[in-house]
Amino acid sequence: MIRLLDPVAALGRVTLTLVSVLGELGLFTASAIVGLLRPPFYPRNFSRAFAEIGFFSLPVVAMTAIFTGMVLALQTYTGFSRFAAQSAIPSVVVLSLTRELGPVLAGLMVAGRAGSAMAAEIGTMRVTDQIDALSTLATDPIRYLVTPRLLAGVIALPLLVLVADILGVAGGFLVATSRFGFSAADYLHNTQQYLHTADVTSGLIKSAVFGFTIALMGCFFGYRSRGGAQGVGSATTSAVVAASILILALDYLLTQAFFTA
Amino acid sequence: MSEPAKISIRGLRKSFGTKVVLDGVDLDVAPRTAMVVIGGSGSGKSVLLKCILGLIPPDGGQILIDGEDVLTAPTSRARALRDQIGMLFQNGALFDSESVWENVTFGLLARGLIRRSRARARAVEVLAQVGLGETVADLFPSELSGGMQKRVALARAIAAEPAIMLFDEPTTGLDPIMGAVIDGLIVDCVKRLGSTSIAITHDMASAGRIGDRIAMLFDGRIVWEGEAAEVRASGNPLVDQFINGRREGPIKMALRR
Repeated sequence: MIRLLDPVAALGRVTLTLVSVLGELGLFTASAIVGLLRPPFYPRNFSRAFAEIGFFSLPVVAMTAIFTGMVLALQTYTGFSRFAAQSAIPSVVVLSLTRELGPVLAGLMVAGRAGSAMAAEIGTMRVTDQIDALSTLATDPIRYLVTPRLLAGVIALPLLVLVADILGVAGGFLVATSRFGFSAADYLHNTQQYLHTADVTSGLIKSAVFGFTIALMGCFFGYRSRGGAQGVGSATTSAVVAASILILALDYLLTQAFFTA
Repeated sequence: MSEPAKISIRGLRKSFGTKVVLDGVDLDVAPRTAMVVIGGSGSGKSVLLKCILGLIPPDGGQILIDGEDVLTAPTSRARALRDQIGMLFQNGALFDSESVWENVTFGLLARGLIRRSRARARAVEVLAQVGLGETVADLFPSELSGGMQKRVALARAIAAEPAIMLFDEPTTGLDPIMGAVIDGLIVDCVKRLGSTSIAITHDMASAGRIGDRIAMLFDGRIVWEGEAAEVRASGNPLVDQFINGRREGPIKMALRR
Protein backbone atom coordinates (compact mmCIF):
# COMPACT_ATOMS: atom_id res chain seq x y z
CA MET A 1 0.00 0.00 0.00
CA ILE A 2 2.81 2.38 0.99
CA ARG A 3 4.66 1.62 -2.27
CA LEU A 4 1.48 2.30 -4.23
CA LEU A 5 1.36 5.77 -2.75
CA ASP A 6 5.00 6.56 -3.60
CA PRO A 7 4.15 8.31 -6.90
CA VAL A 8 1.51 10.37 -5.13
CA ALA A 9 4.02 11.35 -2.45
CA ALA A 10 6.57 12.25 -5.13
CA LEU A 11 3.98 14.35 -6.95
CA GLY A 12 3.13 16.07 -3.68
CA ARG A 13 6.80 16.83 -3.01
CA VAL A 14 7.28 18.26 -6.49
CA THR A 15 4.14 20.39 -6.16
CA LEU A 16 5.22 21.73 -2.77
CA THR A 17 8.68 22.54 -4.09
CA LEU A 18 7.21 24.28 -7.12
CA VAL A 19 4.82 26.36 -5.02
CA SER A 20 7.64 27.23 -2.63
CA VAL A 21 9.98 28.31 -5.45
CA LEU A 22 7.24 30.37 -7.11
CA GLY A 23 6.49 32.07 -3.79
CA GLU A 24 10.18 32.74 -3.31
CA LEU A 25 10.40 34.16 -6.84
CA GLY A 26 7.39 36.40 -6.18
CA LEU A 27 8.89 37.85 -3.00
CA PHE A 28 12.28 38.22 -4.68
CA THR A 29 10.74 40.11 -7.62
CA ALA A 30 8.67 42.33 -5.33
CA SER A 31 11.75 43.23 -3.24
CA ALA A 32 13.71 44.08 -6.38
CA ILE A 33 10.90 46.25 -7.77
CA VAL A 34 10.52 48.10 -4.45
CA GLY A 35 14.21 48.94 -4.84
CA LEU A 36 13.33 50.90 -7.99
CA LEU A 37 11.03 53.16 -6.03
CA ARG A 38 12.86 53.80 -2.77
CA PRO A 39 16.47 54.87 -2.12
CA PRO A 40 19.26 53.95 -1.80
CA PHE A 41 19.87 53.69 -5.55
CA TYR A 42 23.03 52.26 -7.03
CA PRO A 43 23.78 54.08 -10.29
CA ARG A 44 27.30 52.59 -10.58
CA ASN A 45 25.86 49.09 -10.45
CA PHE A 46 23.26 50.06 -13.02
CA SER A 47 25.99 51.40 -15.34
CA ARG A 48 28.01 48.21 -15.00
CA ALA A 49 24.98 46.01 -15.66
CA PHE A 50 23.92 48.19 -18.59
CA ALA A 51 27.36 47.88 -20.14
CA GLU A 52 27.37 44.12 -19.55
CA ILE A 53 23.89 43.50 -20.97
CA GLY A 54 23.82 46.21 -23.64
CA PHE A 55 27.22 47.24 -24.86
CA PHE A 56 29.09 43.95 -24.54
CA SER A 57 26.22 41.96 -26.07
CA LEU A 58 26.15 44.21 -29.11
CA PRO A 59 28.59 42.18 -31.27
CA VAL A 60 26.79 38.86 -30.80
CA VAL A 61 23.35 40.41 -31.31
CA ALA A 62 24.56 42.33 -34.36
CA MET A 63 26.03 39.22 -35.99
CA THR A 64 22.87 37.25 -35.24
CA ALA A 65 20.67 39.98 -36.73
CA ILE A 66 22.72 40.45 -39.90
CA PHE A 67 22.86 36.74 -40.71
CA THR A 68 19.21 36.24 -39.81
CA GLY A 69 18.22 39.06 -42.19
CA MET A 70 20.39 37.55 -44.93
CA VAL A 71 19.02 34.04 -44.46
CA LEU A 72 15.49 35.37 -44.31
CA ALA A 73 15.93 37.11 -47.67
CA LEU A 74 17.39 33.92 -49.18
CA GLN A 75 14.63 31.69 -47.85
CA THR A 76 11.87 34.10 -48.75
CA TYR A 77 13.18 34.39 -52.29
CA THR A 78 13.41 30.61 -52.63
CA GLY A 79 9.88 30.07 -51.34
CA PHE A 80 8.12 33.07 -52.83
CA SER A 81 9.62 32.66 -56.31
CA ARG A 82 7.37 29.61 -56.68
CA PHE A 83 4.42 32.00 -56.65
CA ALA A 84 6.20 34.84 -58.46
CA ALA A 85 5.94 36.84 -55.24
CA GLN A 86 9.60 37.81 -54.85
CA SER A 87 8.64 41.44 -54.46
CA ALA A 88 7.37 40.59 -50.96
CA ILE A 89 10.91 39.97 -49.70
CA PRO A 90 11.38 43.45 -48.15
CA SER A 91 8.10 43.33 -46.24
CA VAL A 92 8.62 39.74 -45.04
CA VAL A 93 12.13 40.55 -43.84
CA VAL A 94 11.22 43.73 -42.01
CA LEU A 95 8.02 42.41 -40.42
CA SER A 96 9.61 39.13 -39.35
CA LEU A 97 12.53 40.95 -37.81
CA THR A 98 10.75 43.76 -36.03
CA ARG A 99 7.84 41.71 -34.75
CA GLU A 100 9.46 38.39 -33.90
CA LEU A 101 12.99 37.49 -34.79
CA GLY A 102 14.69 40.64 -33.53
CA PRO A 103 13.31 40.47 -29.98
CA VAL A 104 13.36 36.66 -29.69
CA LEU A 105 16.83 36.06 -31.11
CA ALA A 106 18.35 39.02 -29.28
CA GLY A 107 16.65 37.78 -26.10
CA LEU A 108 18.01 34.26 -26.51
CA MET A 109 21.50 35.55 -27.27
CA VAL A 110 21.51 37.89 -24.28
CA ALA A 111 20.13 35.11 -22.06
CA GLY A 112 23.06 32.93 -23.08
CA ARG A 113 25.65 35.66 -22.70
CA ALA A 114 24.56 38.11 -20.00
CA GLY A 115 21.97 36.00 -18.12
CA SER A 116 24.49 33.23 -17.54
CA ALA A 117 27.13 35.75 -16.45
CA MET A 118 24.72 37.28 -13.92
CA ALA A 119 23.84 33.89 -12.46
CA ALA A 120 27.51 32.90 -12.25
CA GLU A 121 28.59 36.18 -10.66
CA ILE A 122 25.80 36.33 -8.08
CA GLY A 123 26.08 32.58 -7.45
CA THR A 124 29.78 32.92 -6.75
CA MET A 125 29.05 35.83 -4.43
CA ARG A 126 26.56 33.62 -2.61
CA VAL A 127 28.87 30.64 -2.10
CA THR A 128 31.81 32.85 -1.05
CA ASP A 129 29.74 34.70 1.59
CA GLN A 130 29.91 38.00 -0.29
CA ILE A 131 26.12 38.32 -0.18
CA ASP A 132 26.16 37.75 3.58
CA ALA A 133 28.93 40.34 3.80
CA LEU A 134 26.70 42.87 2.03
CA SER A 135 24.02 42.33 4.66
CA THR A 136 26.52 42.92 7.46
CA LEU A 137 27.62 46.17 5.80
CA ALA A 138 24.20 47.82 5.96
CA THR A 139 23.35 46.95 2.35
CA ASP A 140 20.27 45.10 1.10
CA PRO A 141 21.73 42.53 -1.33
CA ILE A 142 18.61 42.44 -3.50
CA ARG A 143 18.55 46.20 -3.99
CA TYR A 144 22.29 46.30 -4.53
CA LEU A 145 22.61 43.35 -6.90
CA VAL A 146 19.23 42.67 -8.45
CA THR A 147 17.39 45.98 -8.88
CA PRO A 148 20.10 47.63 -11.05
CA ARG A 149 20.32 44.53 -13.25
CA LEU A 150 16.55 44.36 -13.76
CA LEU A 151 16.47 48.03 -14.76
CA ALA A 152 19.45 47.57 -17.05
CA GLY A 153 17.78 44.56 -18.71
CA VAL A 154 14.54 46.46 -19.31
CA ILE A 155 16.37 49.42 -20.89
CA ALA A 156 19.25 47.71 -22.69
CA LEU A 157 17.39 44.97 -24.54
CA PRO A 158 15.01 47.27 -26.48
CA LEU A 159 18.03 49.33 -27.57
CA LEU A 160 19.80 46.18 -28.69
CA VAL A 161 16.69 45.08 -30.57
CA LEU A 162 16.46 48.43 -32.28
CA VAL A 163 20.01 47.95 -33.54
CA ALA A 164 19.22 44.32 -34.44
CA ASP A 165 16.17 45.41 -36.46
CA ILE A 166 18.24 47.87 -38.48
CA LEU A 167 21.10 45.45 -39.06
CA GLY A 168 18.73 42.60 -39.93
CA VAL A 169 17.02 44.72 -42.56
CA ALA A 170 20.46 45.71 -43.84
CA GLY A 171 21.37 42.03 -44.14
CA GLY A 172 18.23 41.32 -46.16
CA PHE A 173 18.87 44.40 -48.27
CA LEU A 174 22.41 43.24 -49.01
CA VAL A 175 21.28 39.81 -50.21
CA ALA A 176 18.29 41.09 -52.17
CA THR A 177 20.25 43.77 -54.02
CA SER A 178 23.48 41.86 -54.61
CA ARG A 179 22.07 38.39 -55.43
CA PHE A 180 18.53 38.88 -56.66
CA GLY A 181 18.87 42.12 -58.57
CA PHE A 182 16.54 44.25 -56.44
CA SER A 183 16.97 47.98 -56.90
CA ALA A 184 18.13 49.58 -53.67
CA ALA A 185 15.53 52.34 -53.86
CA ASP A 186 12.66 49.89 -54.48
CA TYR A 187 13.76 47.65 -51.63
CA LEU A 188 13.89 50.52 -49.16
CA HIS A 189 10.61 51.94 -50.43
CA ASN A 190 8.86 48.58 -49.99
CA THR A 191 10.37 48.18 -46.54
CA GLN A 192 9.09 51.60 -45.47
CA GLN A 193 5.70 51.12 -47.07
CA TYR A 194 4.81 47.93 -45.20
CA LEU A 195 6.38 48.81 -41.86
CA HIS A 196 4.03 50.36 -39.30
CA THR A 197 4.95 51.94 -36.00
CA ALA A 198 3.11 49.18 -34.14
CA ASP A 199 5.40 46.55 -35.68
CA VAL A 200 8.44 48.19 -34.13
CA THR A 201 6.89 49.18 -30.81
CA SER A 202 5.41 45.72 -30.23
CA GLY A 203 8.91 44.27 -30.73
CA LEU A 204 10.41 46.81 -28.37
CA ILE A 205 7.80 46.13 -25.68
CA LYS A 206 8.47 42.40 -26.07
CA SER A 207 12.18 42.98 -25.72
CA ALA A 208 11.71 45.05 -22.55
CA VAL A 209 9.74 42.12 -21.08
CA PHE A 210 12.45 39.69 -22.22
CA GLY A 211 15.17 41.92 -20.71
CA PHE A 212 13.36 41.87 -17.36
CA THR A 213 12.93 38.09 -17.60
CA ILE A 214 16.59 37.44 -18.44
CA ALA A 215 17.85 39.61 -15.58
CA LEU A 216 15.32 38.17 -13.13
CA MET A 217 16.20 34.56 -13.96
CA GLY A 218 19.95 35.25 -13.86
CA CYS A 219 19.71 37.00 -10.51
CA PHE A 220 17.18 34.61 -8.95
CA PHE A 221 19.01 31.39 -9.74
CA GLY A 222 22.35 32.95 -8.86
CA TYR A 223 21.00 34.28 -5.57
CA ARG A 224 19.67 30.92 -4.40
CA SER A 225 22.65 28.84 -5.54
CA ARG A 226 24.23 26.60 -2.93
CA GLY A 227 27.12 24.22 -2.55
CA GLY A 228 30.19 25.63 -4.25
CA ALA A 229 31.26 25.42 -7.88
CA GLN A 230 28.74 22.73 -8.81
CA GLY A 231 25.90 24.78 -7.36
CA VAL A 232 27.00 27.85 -9.29
CA GLY A 233 27.24 25.77 -12.48
CA SER A 234 23.75 24.37 -12.13
CA ALA A 235 22.37 27.83 -11.22
CA THR A 236 23.87 29.19 -14.43
CA THR A 237 22.34 26.40 -16.51
CA SER A 238 18.95 26.82 -14.83
CA ALA A 239 19.01 30.58 -15.40
CA VAL A 240 19.66 30.22 -19.14
CA VAL A 241 17.17 27.39 -19.63
CA ALA A 242 14.42 29.14 -17.64
CA ALA A 243 15.00 32.48 -19.38
CA SER A 244 14.99 30.86 -22.83
CA ILE A 245 11.78 28.95 -22.24
CA LEU A 246 10.08 31.97 -20.69
CA ILE A 247 11.14 34.15 -23.64
CA LEU A 248 9.49 31.73 -26.08
CA ALA A 249 6.36 31.33 -23.97
CA LEU A 250 6.02 35.07 -23.32
CA ASP A 251 6.58 35.74 -27.01
CA TYR A 252 3.53 33.68 -27.82
CA LEU A 253 1.40 35.39 -25.18
CA LEU A 254 2.52 38.88 -26.16
CA THR A 255 2.05 38.21 -29.87
CA GLN A 256 -1.45 37.02 -29.14
CA ALA A 257 -2.14 40.10 -27.06
CA PHE A 258 -0.74 42.54 -29.65
CA PHE A 259 -1.98 41.07 -32.89
CA THR A 260 -5.10 39.02 -32.22
CA ALA A 261 -6.82 41.07 -29.53
CA MET B 1 28.94 44.37 40.94
CA SER B 2 29.98 43.10 37.52
CA GLU B 3 29.10 45.00 34.34
CA PRO B 4 26.06 43.70 32.44
CA ALA B 5 26.92 41.58 29.41
CA LYS B 6 27.37 43.34 26.07
CA ILE B 7 26.10 40.24 24.28
CA SER B 8 23.87 37.74 25.95
CA ILE B 9 22.53 34.65 24.25
CA ARG B 10 19.71 32.77 25.93
CA GLY B 11 18.35 29.36 24.93
CA LEU B 12 19.18 29.84 21.26
CA ARG B 13 17.79 27.05 19.11
CA LYS B 14 18.14 26.29 15.43
CA SER B 15 17.36 23.18 13.41
CA PHE B 16 17.66 22.42 9.72
CA GLY B 17 14.97 19.85 8.97
CA THR B 18 15.45 17.11 11.51
CA LYS B 19 19.05 18.10 12.30
CA VAL B 20 19.29 20.07 15.51
CA VAL B 21 22.28 22.41 15.27
CA LEU B 22 21.77 24.74 18.23
CA ASP B 23 19.90 23.22 21.13
CA GLY B 24 19.60 25.98 23.71
CA VAL B 25 22.87 27.91 23.58
CA ASP B 26 23.49 30.18 26.57
CA LEU B 27 26.45 32.55 26.44
CA ASP B 28 27.32 35.89 28.05
CA VAL B 29 30.10 38.11 26.77
CA ALA B 30 31.11 41.00 29.02
CA PRO B 31 32.03 44.38 27.49
CA ARG B 32 35.57 44.55 26.03
CA THR B 33 35.97 40.80 26.43
CA ALA B 34 37.29 38.55 23.68
CA MET B 35 35.28 35.33 23.71
CA VAL B 36 36.40 32.38 21.62
CA VAL B 37 33.92 29.63 20.85
CA ILE B 38 35.62 26.35 20.04
CA GLY B 39 34.04 23.20 18.72
CA GLY B 40 34.38 20.57 16.04
CA SER B 41 33.49 20.97 12.40
CA GLY B 42 29.72 21.02 11.99
CA SER B 43 29.11 21.78 15.64
CA GLY B 44 27.10 24.90 14.78
CA LYS B 45 29.69 27.61 15.45
CA SER B 46 29.10 29.39 12.15
CA VAL B 47 25.33 29.08 12.56
CA LEU B 48 25.69 30.77 15.96
CA LEU B 49 27.49 33.73 14.38
CA LYS B 50 25.01 33.93 11.51
CA CYS B 51 22.13 34.02 14.01
CA ILE B 52 23.80 36.92 15.84
CA LEU B 53 24.27 38.73 12.53
CA GLY B 54 20.65 38.11 11.50
CA LEU B 55 21.66 36.09 8.45
CA ILE B 56 19.85 33.00 9.74
CA PRO B 57 16.64 33.32 11.76
CA PRO B 58 16.83 31.12 14.87
CA ASP B 59 13.90 28.91 15.85
CA GLY B 60 13.83 30.24 19.40
CA GLY B 61 15.73 31.91 22.20
CA GLN B 62 17.07 35.41 22.69
CA ILE B 63 20.04 37.39 21.42
CA LEU B 64 20.49 40.42 23.66
CA ILE B 65 22.80 43.26 22.67
CA ASP B 66 23.11 45.90 25.39
CA GLY B 67 20.15 44.19 27.04
CA GLU B 68 17.83 44.47 24.02
CA ASP B 69 16.63 41.39 22.17
CA VAL B 70 17.45 41.85 18.50
CA LEU B 71 15.06 39.06 17.55
CA THR B 72 11.99 40.84 18.91
CA ALA B 73 13.07 44.47 18.47
CA PRO B 74 11.40 46.51 15.70
CA THR B 75 13.26 46.16 12.39
CA SER B 76 14.88 49.60 12.51
CA ARG B 77 16.04 49.10 16.11
CA ALA B 78 17.38 45.62 15.36
CA ARG B 79 19.27 47.10 12.41
CA ALA B 80 20.72 49.84 14.63
CA LEU B 81 21.85 47.25 17.20
CA ARG B 82 23.44 45.12 14.49
CA ASP B 83 25.12 48.15 12.94
CA GLN B 84 27.47 47.96 15.93
CA ILE B 85 28.82 44.66 14.62
CA GLY B 86 31.88 44.23 12.40
CA MET B 87 32.36 40.81 10.86
CA LEU B 88 35.43 39.02 9.52
CA PHE B 89 34.28 36.15 7.31
CA GLN B 90 36.18 32.88 7.07
CA ASN B 91 37.48 33.46 3.56
CA GLY B 92 37.41 37.22 3.69
CA ALA B 93 34.30 37.54 1.47
CA LEU B 94 35.81 40.58 -0.24
CA PHE B 95 33.81 41.96 -3.16
CA ASP B 96 35.60 40.88 -6.34
CA SER B 97 34.27 43.74 -8.42
CA GLU B 98 35.39 46.46 -6.00
CA SER B 99 38.92 47.70 -5.40
CA VAL B 100 40.55 47.27 -2.00
CA TRP B 101 39.77 50.82 -0.87
CA GLU B 102 36.14 50.44 -1.97
CA ASN B 103 35.92 47.18 -0.03
CA VAL B 104 37.37 48.76 3.11
CA THR B 105 35.02 51.75 3.10
CA PHE B 106 31.96 49.88 1.79
CA GLY B 107 30.12 49.91 5.12
CA LEU B 108 31.01 53.55 5.81
CA LEU B 109 29.67 54.63 2.42
CA ALA B 110 26.55 52.46 2.77
CA ARG B 111 25.74 54.04 6.13
CA GLY B 112 26.49 57.53 4.82
CA LEU B 113 29.25 58.00 7.42
CA ILE B 114 31.72 59.27 4.85
CA ARG B 115 31.68 60.98 1.46
CA ARG B 116 33.01 59.08 -1.53
CA SER B 117 35.60 61.78 -2.18
CA ARG B 118 37.08 61.11 1.30
CA ALA B 119 36.74 57.35 1.19
CA ARG B 120 40.06 56.39 -0.37
CA ALA B 121 42.07 58.45 2.12
CA ARG B 122 40.12 56.89 4.99
CA ALA B 123 40.73 53.41 3.54
CA VAL B 124 44.46 54.08 3.42
CA GLU B 125 44.39 55.04 7.13
CA VAL B 126 42.58 51.82 8.04
CA LEU B 127 44.82 49.70 5.83
CA ALA B 128 47.82 51.09 7.70
CA GLN B 129 46.31 49.74 10.93
CA VAL B 130 46.49 46.22 9.51
CA GLY B 131 49.99 46.69 8.15
CA LEU B 132 49.16 47.38 4.49
CA GLY B 133 50.52 50.26 2.46
CA GLU B 134 48.78 52.70 0.14
CA THR B 135 49.88 50.75 -2.96
CA VAL B 136 47.40 48.02 -2.05
CA ALA B 137 44.43 50.40 -2.02
CA ASP B 138 43.87 50.43 -5.77
CA LEU B 139 44.33 46.70 -6.32
CA PHE B 140 41.48 44.22 -6.63
CA PRO B 141 41.03 41.28 -4.23
CA SER B 142 42.06 38.76 -6.91
CA GLU B 143 45.48 40.46 -7.06
CA LEU B 144 46.19 39.81 -3.36
CA SER B 145 47.61 36.79 -1.53
CA GLY B 146 45.42 34.93 1.00
CA GLY B 147 47.08 36.66 3.94
CA MET B 148 46.66 40.10 2.38
CA GLN B 149 43.02 39.38 1.60
CA LYS B 150 42.50 38.49 5.24
CA ARG B 151 44.11 41.76 6.31
CA VAL B 152 41.90 43.73 3.93
CA ALA B 153 38.86 41.89 5.25
CA LEU B 154 39.95 42.77 8.79
CA ALA B 155 40.39 46.40 7.70
CA ARG B 156 36.85 46.34 6.31
CA ALA B 157 35.53 44.86 9.57
CA ILE B 158 37.17 47.54 11.75
CA ALA B 159 36.64 50.53 9.42
CA ALA B 160 33.46 51.64 11.18
CA GLU B 161 35.12 51.11 14.60
CA PRO B 162 32.46 48.63 15.69
CA ALA B 163 31.60 48.04 19.32
CA ILE B 164 31.22 44.31 18.61
CA MET B 165 33.42 42.21 16.37
CA LEU B 166 32.76 38.69 15.14
CA PHE B 167 35.47 36.51 13.64
CA ASP B 168 34.69 33.33 11.72
CA GLU B 169 37.72 31.02 11.69
CA PRO B 170 40.17 33.92 11.28
CA THR B 171 43.23 31.75 10.59
CA THR B 172 41.70 29.17 8.25
CA GLY B 173 43.77 28.65 5.12
CA LEU B 174 46.78 30.61 6.41
CA ASP B 175 50.24 29.31 7.22
CA PRO B 176 51.13 29.30 10.95
CA ILE B 177 53.17 32.49 10.75
CA MET B 178 50.53 34.43 8.84
CA GLY B 179 47.93 32.97 11.22
CA ALA B 180 49.86 34.39 14.16
CA VAL B 181 50.19 37.75 12.39
CA ILE B 182 46.42 37.93 11.77
CA ASP B 183 45.73 36.93 15.39
CA GLY B 184 48.08 39.68 16.56
CA LEU B 185 46.28 42.23 14.38
CA ILE B 186 42.91 41.05 15.69
CA VAL B 187 44.05 41.45 19.31
CA ASP B 188 45.52 44.90 18.56
CA CYS B 189 42.37 46.09 16.79
CA VAL B 190 39.98 44.75 19.41
CA LYS B 191 41.98 46.28 22.28
CA ARG B 192 42.48 49.61 20.52
CA LEU B 193 38.77 49.95 19.68
CA GLY B 194 37.66 48.60 23.07
CA SER B 195 35.37 46.18 21.24
CA THR B 196 33.63 43.11 22.53
CA SER B 197 34.40 40.16 20.32
CA ILE B 198 33.33 36.63 19.59
CA ALA B 199 35.62 34.46 17.50
CA ILE B 200 34.89 30.91 16.44
CA THR B 201 37.69 28.56 15.64
CA HIS B 202 38.95 25.04 16.04
CA ASP B 203 42.55 26.22 15.95
CA MET B 204 43.61 26.06 19.61
CA ALA B 205 46.79 28.09 19.07
CA SER B 206 44.67 30.87 17.59
CA ALA B 207 42.09 30.56 20.40
CA GLY B 208 44.84 30.94 23.00
CA ARG B 209 46.22 34.04 21.30
CA ILE B 210 43.01 35.99 20.77
CA GLY B 211 40.69 34.85 23.56
CA ASP B 212 40.22 36.22 27.08
CA ARG B 213 37.63 33.53 27.63
CA ILE B 214 36.86 30.29 25.84
CA ALA B 215 33.55 28.47 25.48
CA MET B 216 33.09 25.05 23.93
CA LEU B 217 30.09 24.24 21.75
CA PHE B 218 29.15 20.59 21.55
CA ASP B 219 25.88 18.92 20.59
CA GLY B 220 24.24 22.31 20.16
CA ARG B 221 25.05 23.54 23.67
CA ILE B 222 27.84 25.33 25.49
CA VAL B 223 29.39 22.53 27.55
CA TRP B 224 32.19 24.54 29.17
CA GLU B 225 33.14 28.17 29.56
CA GLY B 226 36.01 29.76 31.43
CA GLU B 227 39.16 31.85 31.33
CA ALA B 228 41.40 31.09 28.35
CA ALA B 229 44.27 30.35 30.73
CA GLU B 230 42.19 27.67 32.47
CA VAL B 231 41.21 25.71 29.39
CA ARG B 232 43.96 23.11 29.77
CA ALA B 233 42.86 22.44 33.32
CA SER B 234 39.12 22.55 32.62
CA GLY B 235 38.47 19.08 33.98
CA ASN B 236 35.87 18.65 31.25
CA PRO B 237 36.51 15.46 29.25
CA LEU B 238 34.96 16.95 26.09
CA VAL B 239 37.26 19.98 26.27
CA ASP B 240 40.27 17.82 27.10
CA GLN B 241 39.70 15.56 24.14
CA PHE B 242 39.11 18.48 21.78
CA ILE B 243 42.10 20.64 22.76
CA ASN B 244 44.44 17.66 22.76
CA GLY B 245 43.05 16.33 19.48
CA ARG B 246 42.58 12.79 20.82
CA ARG B 247 40.67 10.25 18.75
CA GLU B 248 39.46 8.40 21.84
CA GLY B 249 37.05 10.06 24.21
CA PRO B 250 33.47 11.14 24.68
CA ILE B 251 33.35 13.00 21.31
CA LYS B 252 32.52 10.49 18.62
CA MET B 253 33.00 11.80 15.12
CA ALA B 254 30.19 10.84 12.77
CA LEU B 255 31.77 8.86 9.95
CA ARG B 256 29.96 7.78 6.85
CA ARG B 257 31.06 4.54 5.25
